[in-house]
Amino acid sequence: MGISLTRAAQWTMVSSSTAKLVSTPMNESLLKEILHFVEHFRSQYPQEAEHVFEEPLQWSTTLVASDFKTDYDISDSDVQSHERDSEGHPLLQLSPPTVYVRSFSQLSKLLHLAHDKKLAEVRACLEGKFESNLHPKQSNHQHSSITHRLNLFVLLVTLYSHPIMLNPKAVKNEVEILQVFCGGGDKGLLKSLRYTSDFEFSNGYRAPLWRQVQGDICYLVIEPCDTETLHITCSTAGIFLNGGIKQEGEENGYEQTSDTYEDLVTLLKSRSPHFAEKINQVEDLIVCLIKKSEAGLLYFRKTSAGALPGEPFSESSTESEEEEEQPYRHPETNTDLPSEYWQIQKLVKYLKDGDQIVTVHTLCAMMDFNLMQESCQMAIQDTGALKVLLNLLDTDEHKCEIGSLKILRTISHNSQIRRVIVDMRGVQSIVKILDSPVKELKALAAETIANVAKFRRARRNVRLYGGINKLVSLLDCLPNLASLTPSQEEDIEVACCGALALWSCSRSTKNKKAIRKAGGIPLLGRLLKSPLQKMLIPVVGTLQECASEESYRTDIQTLGMIKDLVRNLSSDNDELQMHCASAIFKCAEDKQTRDLVRKYKGLQPLVSLLHKADNKQLLAAATGAIWKCSISQENVTKFQEYKALEILVSLLTDQPEEVLVNVVGALGEFAQIPANKAAIREFGGIKPLVKLLTSPNQALLVNVTKAVGACATNKDNMVIIDQLDGIRLVWSLLKNPSADVQSSAAWALCACTENAEDAGETARSLIGGFQLIVKLLSSTNNEVLASICAAICKIAKDEENLAILTDFGVVPSLAKLTNTTDDRLRHHLADAIAQCCMWGSNRASFGEAGAVAPLVRYLKSKEGSVQRSTAMALYQLSRNPNNCITMHEKEVVQPLIHMMGSDDEELQEAAAGCVRSIRLLYMANRNAELFTFRN
Amino acid sequence: MNKRTTQTLAENISKQVEHFSKKEVECLIREFNVLMAEQNNSGRAVHGLDRGKFISTLHSIFGLTDDRMTGRVFRTFDKDNDSVVSMKEWIDGLSVFLRGTLDEKIKYCFTVYDLNGDNAISREEMLHMLKGRLIRQPNEEDPDEGIKDLVEIILKKMDYDHDGKLSFEDFEKAVKDENLLLEAFGTCLPDFRVICNEKLLSSLNFPIKNSQSYSLLFLFFQRIEMFEGRVFQEQMEQ
Repeated sequence: MGISLTRAAQWTMVSSSTAKLVSTPMNESLLKEILHFVEHFRSQYPQEAEHVFEEPLQWSTTLVASDFKTDYDISDSDVQSHERDSEGHPLLQLSPPTVYVRSFSQLSKLLHLAHDKKLAEVRACLEGKFESNLHPKQSNHQHSSITHRLNLFVLLVTLYSHPIMLNPKAVKNEVEILQVFCGGGDKGLLKSLRYTSDFEFSNGYRAPLWRQVQGDICYLVIEPCDTETLHITCSTAGIFLNGGIKQEGEENGYEQTSDTYEDLVTLLKSRSPHFAEKINQVEDLIVCLIKKSEAGLLYFRKTSAGALPGEPFSESSTESEEEEEQPYRHPETNTDLPSEYWQIQKLVKYLKDGDQIVTVHTLCAMMDFNLMQESCQMAIQDTGALKVLLNLLDTDEHKCEIGSLKILRTISHNSQIRRVIVDMRGVQSIVKILDSPVKELKALAAETIANVAKFRRARRNVRLYGGINKLVSLLDCLPNLASLTPSQEEDIEVACCGALALWSCSRSTKNKKAIRKAGGIPLLGRLLKSPLQKMLIPVVGTLQECASEESYRTDIQTLGMIKDLVRNLSSDNDELQMHCASAIFKCAEDKQTRDLVRKYKGLQPLVSLLHKADNKQLLAAATGAIWKCSISQENVTKFQEYKALEILVSLLTDQPEEVLVNVVGALGEFAQIPANKAAIREFGGIKPLVKLLTSPNQALLVNVTKAVGACATNKDNMVIIDQLDGIRLVWSLLKNPSADVQSSAAWALCACTENAEDAGETARSLIGGFQLIVKLLSSTNNEVLASICAAICKIAKDEENLAILTDFGVVPSLAKLTNTTDDRLRHHLADAIAQCCMWGSNRASFGEAGAVAPLVRYLKSKEGSVQRSTAMALYQLSRNPNNCITMHEKEVVQPLIHMMGSDDEELQEAAAGCVRSIRLLYMANRNAELFTFRN
Repeated sequence: MNKRTTQTLAENISKQVEHFSKKEVECLIREFNVLMAEQNNSGRAVHGLDRGKFISTLHSIFGLTDDRMTGRVFRTFDKDNDSVVSMKEWIDGLSVFLRGTLDEKIKYCFTVYDLNGDNAISREEMLHMLKGRLIRQPNEEDPDEGIKDLVEIILKKMDYDHDGKLSFEDFEKAVKDENLLLEAFGTCLPDFRVICNEKLLSSLNFPIKNSQSYSLLFLFFQRIEMFEGRVFQEQMEQ
């Protein structure tokens, strides 16, 4: 509301300097907005509404005494309100036709009584003679200069409804200050900065009039030292890049092409790394200057705390353990507030009125309350202490800052207070303190950030205000010296807090990148050698959080952190063990890492963590690490020595899903070794595995099908699976919407079909099963397609099944896929085609469906498996004369002859068979021709 | 005073004073002499800095501006109560001022706050020291009501033995519990707000013992540098 209102008001200001408000559509809508605002002012801001104006608003009203009801003294035509000020004057007085109103509450009531004449009343009120300024709370700020009542309303409306309002003066100040730092080659902040227009309107605007209506203040052209020229629009709503306005009077280019920023410096920081770096050196100075000249503006920003409206979120990461942003919950008023509430309220008064010494005492007294208690936290928030505490952070009185942070770090455990801190721009102030020379302050600030940055907007703010770089630089200490000086001990304390803060911040993907860019990884690696648990937990926590990024995993491995992670697996702290296991879990995607874990003897501690079955988080991390490590067969052998398999099987029941996923994943890897397949059966693992096939969790299903598939290659296992109706369960998973589950299930199906006694019979007993399989051939996922082709190949070994598949149109579906370039798919596709040729007229059908020509191209593939499968398929297809002709046309003979020289006998045979078919056809043809010739 | 006497003096004093090396004591002696020379002695022979000069030094070098406190600081420095701060007292005092351990500082601050020297800070003394530190609310009849209330809050926190005044033990315990309370009743230690550069200091080979005092050391060092520069120049001219 605020924006549109001011924009409009800037116009009406000019046109309505006369006594009458011109009746334009814009003014009408403006009136309506003001009406709406005044009407609701009483309910939204009850305190402010009761505030008595020094001078009454007066105007000629159309209302008469009879319009007024209770709450008013009515004598003849005069009306007085019951409500009176401290000196006994009524707050509303009507002596027709003039009405005097002395508070918003009364104004709002009056409008309520006016019914359909509301708008006329507002208009009359605005046009009415203006006696003097209002005197509400913000009286000490620039009201005296505003003489027009309309302005005043607009100001109030903006104040209460919109926290950020840039004004020409603020922009001009910022531009002027930045201009001082322009030029001077690389030493300057910017190459140049200029307005597009030298003409400044009397209201301080430089944008053309028709753009001023939209709120544009001026346009800037800025040349940074390191990137291309920026074209910037400064508008009342914020600062953003435009489509390229080069000079005044342009018609185009006004559209917004970037996010909106609240000031120029923030925008430039995000666009120019050079600027960001340099500005840090002069930032304090600039901020200081801007603040001084804009004290008023800043005051408004701070008092009208609220979320920045329309703030763009550039973050898209999916984040773990994200807090929901909840609307502010107003505590129920006056219902048995505890005595602490009133005591804190009294302290807050001293906090506001006292000097530095008194402030310190007040803060110390406040610390003595149980600040973890919600009633105390609420008291601090409701009494406005939070604002004072945040303001103290900007005072440079380090004792006050320390006291304030000590309170903030505790109360910021409350999620609502965290939010308010961010809304009040507390993050900026706290981040700034990270530069303090006083180590205690740095540590406290970092600790507070660690608490506040529990939700996304806070983390984003930390990054935008340069907090990540500062936090990373806190990590710079020597963690493992034998003897420490007090100063070095302080450094370690600071580094601990810095790591805690980074841990919180690292939940956001962009922050992970920022930490890396700031050189955080080597520092974290150094701290990892620390013997202190309180240091290790946040450090490993950060690392495992960041290890979701590939680049981190590489660094963790190459910087030798695996060794330290493995070492701490044997720590006596569950949390630390958990984070280490979790980091290994994420990093062990890489083969070298898996080998390193083995090299540093990390496998045994991982297995021993499995005994801590009560701590589910730890168990999940440990089983995850075992799963990923067991992808390397050498590791599986090692795990066997520590009897991991038996424990893993025992964990198949009564565990939460996050544990099960990992356990089953590990079993899937273990079962790649034949001996383990039998072992899983002996430990009784088959039954729970098959049971898990009915789980709704997709991640779990992918692993379960894989494990079942791996186990199914053992005949004895297969008997059990079959008894438990496992084939049907696996088959039904093809219906799962997830492509991963589909393909994984199809692979399992291959194994089951191959090894079950009467798989063909079972398959036929499943209603709709074949249809489903053929339908999946129209999937867009190559992995699904490959797995389904492989499954078809196995299923079609049974002739009856092949006949049914053919009826469901498997041939054209397969033929359609032949144009793929994916070698894995080609391999299984060719296999499936070869198998499907075995029925009826399928060979001819493949030829008609155009499957032959693309298959010939497969021969060029470098992949041995593709060549082999293709040769087999071609051999099968070549038994149809038409196919032979197509093959010959596509010059199949030469590559086939080449393959006949291969070491692979099957390939040799297939290639030779195919060539033979072609040759036979040729001979037959020739004979036929000769025969015809002779006759 | 010539160089040799300064050196011998420095050697003697550095044996008696903690926290300063001989070389540092030398610097401090020179600084003291400079201050003495600046002081208008109007012909009288004095053996130390008088109240006015000392307070203005506190003001200019150490940034202490609270009049209520600077007077008390003078009294605390001036251990023998002869109304001047002698060289020995100067160096002794600065040892606490610049390098003092927490215990020494607690003792020092307590002495400053114990206005009548009865080894306790009474309600009245607190009231006196805190007076005027709270903006008066117009609707309050007694201007000091807020302060009185505050004193009760302070006593509740710091008066462990509940005898209505702060003994040294009370004060010590409270400060150790919460360091912020060290300068509870007025700023009487140097101000650390000056931005300083740890590296610069260490490159100057000035051992940093206490992180809190290095900003001050920086200031202090500048003065000494300036002083040394001046001396050096004089020698050249001769």
